[in-house]
Amino acid sequence: MSSETIKLTLKVWRQTESDPGRLEDYQVEINTHMSFLEMLDVLNEQLISEKKEPVSFSHDCREGICGACSLVINGRPHGPMQGTTTCQLHMRHFEDGETIYIEPFRAKAFPVIKDLVVDRSSFDRIIQAGGYVSVNTGGTPDGNAIQIEKDTAREAFDAAACIGCGACVASCPNASAMLFTSAKVSHLALLPQGQVERRARALKMVSRMDEEGFGACSNVGACEAECPKEISIANIARMNREYISGVFGSAKKV
Amino acid sequence: MSKLDNKVPEGPLSEKWTKYRSEMPLVAPNNKRNIEVIVVGTGLAGASAAATLGELGYQVKAFCFHDSPRRAHSIAAQGGINAAKNYQNDGDSVYRLFYDTIKGGDYRSREGNVHRLAEVSRDIIDQCVAQGVPFAREYGGNLANRSFGGVQVSRTFYARGQTGQQLLLGAYSALSRQISLGSVKMYNRHEMLDLVKVEGKARGIIARNLISGKLERFAAHSVVLATGGYGNVYYLSTNAMGSNVTAAWTAHRRGAYFANPCYCQIHPTCIPVSGDYQSKLTLMSESLRNDGRVWVPKSHVDVEAIRAGEIKPEELPEERRDYYLERIYPAFGNLVPRDVASRAAKYVCDENRGVGSTGLAVYLDFASAIERYGHSEAVSKNEPNASIEKVKEWGTAVVSAKYGNLFEMYEKITGENPYKTPMRIFPAVHYTMGGIWVDYNLETTVPGLFALGEANFSDHGANRLGASALMQGLADGYFVIPYTIGTFLANEIRTPKISPDLPEFFEIENDVRDRIKRLLNVQGSRSVESFHRELGVKIMWEYCGMSRNGEGLKIARDKVRKLRKEFWSNVYVPHTDSDGEEYNPELEKALRVADFFELAELMIIDALDRHESCGGHFREEYATEEGEAQRNDKDYTYVAAWEFNGLEDDPILHKEELVFENVELKTRSYK
Ligand SMILES: Cc1cc2nc3c(=O)[nH]c(=O)nc-3n(C[C@H](O)[C@H](O)[C@H](O)COP(=O)(O)OP(=O)(O)OC[C@H]3O[C@@H](n4cnc5c(N)ncnc54)[C@H](O)[C@@H]3O)c2cc1C
Ligand code: SF4
Ligand code: FES
Repeated sequence: MSSETIKLTLKVWRQTESDPGRLEDYQVEINTHMSFLEMLDVLNEQLISEKKEPVSFSHDCREGICGACSLVINGRPHGPMQGTTTCQLHMRHFEDGETIYIEPFRAKAFPVIKDLVVDRSSFDRIIQAGGYVSVNTGGTPDGNAIQIEKDTAREAFDAAACIGCGACVASCPNASAMLFTSAKVSHLALLPQGQVERRARALKMVSRMDEEGFGACSNVGACEAECPKEISIANIARMNREYISGVFGSAKKV
Repeated sequence: MSKLDNKVPEGPLSEKWTKYRSEMPLVAPNNKRNIEVIVVGTGLAGASAAATLGELGYQVKAFCFHDSPRRAHSIAAQGGINAAKNYQNDGDSVYRLFYDTIKGGDYRSREGNVHRLAEVSRDIIDQCVAQGVPFAREYGGNLANRSFGGVQVSRTFYARGQTGQQLLLGAYSALSRQISLGSVKMYNRHEMLDLVKVEGKARGIIARNLISGKLERFAAHSVVLATGGYGNVYYLSTNAMGSNVTAAWTAHRRGAYFANPCYCQIHPTCIPVSGDYQSKLTLMSESLRNDGRVWVPKSHVDVEAIRAGEIKPEELPEERRDYYLERIYPAFGNLVPRDVASRAAKYVCDENRGVGSTGLAVYLDFASAIERYGHSEAVSKNEPNASIEKVKEWGTAVVSAKYGNLFEMYEKITGENPYKTPMRIFPAVHYTMGGIWVDYNLETTVPGLFALGEANFSDHGANRLGASALMQGLADGYFVIPYTIGTFLANEIRTPKISPDLPEFFEIENDVRDRIKRLLNVQGSRSVESFHRELGVKIMWEYCGMSRNGEGLKIARDKVRKLRKEFWSNVYVPHTDSDGEEYNPELEKALRVADFFELAELMIIDALDRHESCGGHFREEYATEEGEAQRNDKDYTYVAAWEFNGLEDDPILHKEELVFENVELKTRSYK
C-alpha cells in the first residue's frame, strides 16, 4: 500500500450565531491514508498554531456507526463514496490539487450551531413520538418464546441499521425525513413485538415529523442514494401503507 | 488502612441476590414520585437505568455530552452480548458463566457481583427481544449464538456486527418512551464537570451546557454515574473520540475511591497504526477469531520478502507459516482470552516477525474458513465435485454473511480486500476494567453516588471477557440499580426536594468556573491535541501499556508530572469568550485532557503498587519462564481502591480483600 502526500484547497463553511455564514479557503497538505476527518484535524492543528479559530464539525466514533459525523462534501452528504460515512471516507479517493467544498447538512429542522455543526435533536423527538415498543423492564417472556423467521429478522435489521445521521434529509430537495422515520417504523412493523402499536406508531411519528418542519416526500429518491447505511426507499412505501391503515383503521384519535 | 465494606450479602452464592432482593428496603410508589435521581451518561448502562428508574416512578434527570443518547460509545460495540441461556444445549449454565468470568478476570473480581451478573444475564436477552432488538436468528426462528474468546461454549447473542448499536437503540427507545411520558427529563449536550455533595451525600452536579457554554446547577436526591471508560487516556484507542474520564474523575476528587486503575484491556484484533496523523484505532471484532487464524511467517527471510512485496502473504506456503496461537495454546487456539492473544502478538513482533510496513502487525487469515464453509455448502447443495473456485465463492458468501460489515470496514480503512489477502491486525487499548469503586449495591464511597457500566470497576477483575461489557452495562442499568438504589433512597423519603441554590452548589460552580478560566488564560503555544498525543502515545502506551516494569513506571510518573505542568503553563485553548460561555469543542477537549493527566498518574501508581502480573496488567518482572503472567495470590488478592489526596501528595490505598469461597484460585491455563 503506497501512501502519498497531496495538496488540497478546502472551501469550508464558517458560521457563528451572529453571522449568516460564508465559505472560506484553506490550503492543506495531507497523506492519502488519512480519513477525511483526520484531514480536518490537520487543518485545525494548522489553524490553532496560527492562533486562529478551528473549524467545528461533529464526530465521535469515527467508524461509521454513531451517526455523529455529517458534512456535505462537494455537494454530496457524506461525500462521493456509496454506503460510506464521512468518517470512513479516506483521502485516497481525492486527487492532488483538487478543490473540496465542505458544507453543513442544510435543512430547516437542522439549524446550524456553528460552522459545520447542526442541531439534529428533531430526530430524537420523532423517536420519542412513538419509535418504541411499550414494554417496561422485567416480566418479559423468554427470548425464544417469540420465534422470528431468519429473513424477517434480517429485513427488520436492515431497517434498524439506520444511524440517525440525517444525510437523507440533507440530500432531499424537500428536506423530508421520510427515510429516517420509515426506517424505524419498518423495523418495528416487521417484528411481532411491534404489532400492537403498529398503526398508532406510524401516525404519531409522521405527525411529529411534520411538526418539526421536515418537508413532504415527492419520491425523488436522493435519500436512498446518499444514505450511508443504504436504507431502502421501500421502507417509505411500507410506512405509507402503515400510515394509511392507521388513519382508516383506527377509531382512536391520535 | 481502612476496611472497605463491599456489602455482599451472606448466604450461599446462588441465593445471595434473590434473597437480598426480596428483603431489600423498598420505596413506595407515592414516595418515588417525590424523589429525584440524576443519571449522568446515557449509553447502555445509563439509558437502561434512566428508563427503568423512570418506569418505576422516580423523577429522573438524564445527561449526556452527545447531541443524542443514541450516539453514546456503546453504539460501536460489534461482536455480541453473553447470556447463560444454554439455548445451544452445550453445557452452559449460570455457574459456568460465573466461573468463566472469574477465571477470565484472573481471579481479581468479586464472587458475589459476578454471580449476580451471570444470573441476570438471561433476563437481559428477554428484555431486549421484547423491545424489538433484531438479534440474529437460526432458520427455525430461534435466537442464534456464537463463541467468544476464553470460553468453550457458544453463549454470545449478536445482531450482525452491530450488536451494541441494536442494544443501545433498544435502551434509547425505552428512554425515549419515558421522556415522552415526562418521567425522564433529558439534557443532551450537557457535560458534567463536577459533583456536589451536601452534608456528605451526593446531591447534584455542575454541568456545562455545551451549546451556550454556560454552567448550570442540577440537584437531586441521588446521583448515578454511567459515563463509560477511560481508555482514551492512551490517546489512541478503539474508544470514540469523545470518551473521557471527567465525570468519574471529578467524583474521585470529591471522595469516590478509584479502583484498579491500572487494569486496561488491550484488544488483540485492531487495525494497526499507519501514521502519526492517526486519530483513533479501529477494532476488528473478536468474533472474527471464531473463523480467522492468526499467524506470522516462521522465518525472518519470509518476513522481509513480504515487507518488500516480493511474496504476497496469501501465497506463502502453509509450512512456512507459524499459527502461533494454535501452536502454543492447543486447547483454545485462536480463541484464547484477549490479554493472552495480545501479548502473544507482541512477542512475535518483538522477535521481529511482525508484518506490515511498521513490523507491528500479525495476520488474521480467513482462507481456511472460506474453504471449510465452501465445502460444507457444496455438500448441502449436493455438488461434491464443484470446482475450487465455486467452493471459494460459496465459502466467501458464508463468511460475508457473518462478518460482511467488518470486512467492508477493513477495506474502507486499509484499501485491501480481506477476502483475498489476510487482514493485518495489532493490539490496541480497548476497555478499562478499573473504575470507580462500588459495593454490591453499586454505591461508591460517597453516599448516594452510584456508578454503573464501564465507569465502575465491578465485575471483570483484571481482564474482561469478550461480549461481557454489554452484559454488565445492561445488567447494572435494567436489573441491579433499580433495586439497589432503594437501599439509599428508602432513607430519603422524608428529604424534601434538594435546591440547586444551596451554597454548596454555588461553591462548586465557582470552582469549575475558575478551572475553565485558568485553562483559557494560559494562552500558551501548544494545542490540546499535541499534549494528549504525547501523554497517551509517548508516555502511557510506552510505559504503562501492554507490558510494564518498575523502572519504566517510575520514569513515566515523572514524565506525566512534567508534561502536566507544561500543559497548565503552555496550552493554547482558542476562544472568544473569556468565561468559555460559547460553543467551544477545544475547551471541552482541554477540560478532559486535564483530567486524563491526573488519572494517568494514578494508573502508574497503581501499576507500581501491584507487584504481580494479572490479566491486563503485565509486569515484566513477574512472568513465568515461558513468558506467561505470574500472579501473586498471597499478597495481591485485593482490589486497590485509591483515595484522592491532592495532586502533590500520594493517593491513599485502601484494600478490599477478595475472598473466594466458591472457586479455587488456579493458574489460568489455556493450553
Ligand atoms: C469498538 C468497540 C467494540 C466493542 N464491542 C463490544 C462487544 O462486542 N461486546 C461487549 O460486551 N462489549 C464491547 N465493547 C465494550 C462496550 O461497548 C463498552 O464497555 C460499553 O458499551 C460501555 O457502556 P457504558 O454505558 O458504560 O458507557 P458509554 O456507552 O461509553 O456511555 C457513556 C455515556 O456517558 C456520557 N458521558 C460521559 N461523560 C459525561 C459527562 N462528563 N457528562 C455528561 N455525560 C457524560 C456520554 O455522553 C454517554 O452517554 C466494545 C467497545 C468498543 C470500543
Ligand atoms: S436513513 Fe440513512 S441517511 Fe437517513 S438518518 Fe438513517 S442512516 Fe442516515
Ligand atoms: S463519527 Fe460516528 S458515524 Fe462518523
